[in-house]
Amino acid sequence: MNLPIYLDNNATTPMDPRVLDAMLPYFNQKFGNAASRNHAFGWVAEEAVDYSREQVAKLVGANEKEIIFTSGATESDNLALKGVFEMYKDKGNHIITCVTEHKAVLDACKHLEKLGARVTYLPVKTDGLIDLQQLEDAITDQTILVAIMYGNNEIGVIQPVKEISAIAHKHGALFFTDATQAVGKIPVNVIEDGIDLMAFSAHKMYGPKGVGALYVRRKNPRVKVTAQMDGGGHERGMRSGTLNVPGIVGFGKACELCRLEMADEAKRLSALRDKLQNSLLELEESYVNGNIEHRLPHVANISFKYVEGEGLMMAMKDLAVSSGSACTSASLEPSYVLKSLGLSDDLAHSSIRFGLGRFTTEEEIDYAIEQTKKAVNHLRDLSPLWEMFKEGIDLDKIEWAEH
Amino acid sequence: MAYSDKVIDHYTNPRNVGTLDKNKNNVGTGLVGAPECGDVMRLQIEVDANNTITDAKFKTFGCGSAIASSSLATEWLKGKTIDEAVKIDNMDIVEELALPPVKIHCSVLAEDAIKAAINDYRVKNGLEPLEAEKSHH
Ligand SMILES: Cc1ncc(COP(=O)(O)O)c(C=O)c1O
Ligand code: FES
Repeated sequence: MNLPIYLDNNATTPMDPRVLDAMLPYFNQKFGNAASRNHAFGWVAEEAVDYSREQVAKLVGANEKEIIFTSGATESDNLALKGVFEMYKDKGNHIITCVTEHKAVLDACKHLEKLGARVTYLPVKTDGLIDLQQLEDAITDQTILVAIMYGNNEIGVIQPVKEISAIAHKHGALFFTDATQAVGKIPVNVIEDGIDLMAFSAHKMYGPKGVGALYVRRKNPRVKVTAQMDGGGHERGMRSGTLNVPGIVGFGKACELCRLEMADEAKRLSALRDKLQNSLLELEESYVNGNIEHRLPHVANISFKYVEGEGLMMAMKDLAVSSGSACTSASLEPSYVLKSLGLSDDLAHSSIRFGLGRFTTEEEIDYAIEQTKKAVNHLRDLSPLWEMFKEGIDLDKIEWAEH
Repeated sequence: MAYSDKVIDHYTNPRNVGTLDKNKNNVGTGLVGAPECGDVMRLQIEVDANNTITDAKFKTFGCGSAIASSSLATEWLKGKTIDEAVKIDNMDIVEELALPPVKIHCSVLAEDAIKAAINDYRVKNGLEPLEAEKSHH
């Protein structure tokens, strides 16, 4: 077993060696520009891109013509939101999204507000899911787009996308989903789920960084987005720029592997995740954040009350995890996702996200359990709050000197 | 963020973790910070008849730098007179632990905790609390 152990697979995943092998020839041997129509170098590259496009499309139940390659989910999110707003602004200016979205979605919405969009940020329930009635109530005749993520990156909860898309369509709005954390991990099907636009990214599914896709529906209805970058008119005019052929080849291979192996992998990972979670819940005053039934198979976000996340991560130095705590002078705010579940700030500061992946072993999970328990106990021995809790003092009744 | 060796040392082997009897007249207790901010520090001193700090203990909820700052503070406090202890400046802690700029507030918290403990001791013993001097926030 090699240390440190990587349990941050929601941030990024290691590339699968099979993906790397597929990519390598496209750096120096088959290096052509996929848009070069008049020689073999171009044709070889174009063929590889076509094959990858098919693989990407197949994983999500799309037609290959509906896949626009981008530089990643951030770009796809921006293209979807800004592109739809620009294309459909004569129909209306209202967009509905939710407070737990990734910054790429939230900040693109903020940008659109400056350009005259009206954006509704739906709250989430304490389990991290949106309330469908609230969604329906928020829709007006000006609503052009509902943008709700598929799986959340911090707590892993899966939104009821089928129901959401049905509500959007009933009122004539399009449905966009950021499925970066879900594609390749659980079955995602653009037809069955009623998705009109969808963002996803290769590096979250054992592919390379810097390449992703936007799915744009072509039939029932035909959806269009205004390009956000001007240039040679690649990708059906929606995204100009010479295609990242090695990246796209890797993305295609990653999608193919996910399609073939996802079902088994999800079973294996959810068993390991449950083992980790159940063992850690044996610790007093520890809580899982977010809905545990509608959740990605490889994620567990757990708060250990009375210890601070950043300090805890330091004690778990052989584990690469991430924390919802951000107590630095740059940002005293803990995770906005955890706070929007209604978690008190101190619980949000006490949270750790464990993200398992394809290469996580049972031995690593056993080690992670032991290290985490040791670290939590070490820090509780140091924690004045833990001592007060044990003495039965109500921490909410103390007048803290906030600073 | 990479931590300095000294921070790691104090964090892994914190000195003087514990609790003194806060009801004793010669014990001063400082509790600063707030759970919402992600940091709470409790620092206690025990003072003898010559105004010398004979014992110091801490417990801290916070990041590694906050834990190290308070651990270091207890080490420095022991053996100092109250007058000397008041002079401990958060920038001394920053320097000793090589804290980066984003972690300066962790050391400020330790200085605040020292001052709060001293004031608690002073008030218990019929003295005026010291003016809260603005530290390097
Ligand atoms: C939900 C979600 N959306 C978007 C992104 C951004 O993806 P990318 O790194 O491909 O731009 C991420 C990754 O951090 C994510 O988790
Ligand atoms: S106590 Fe806030 S970052 Fe150290």
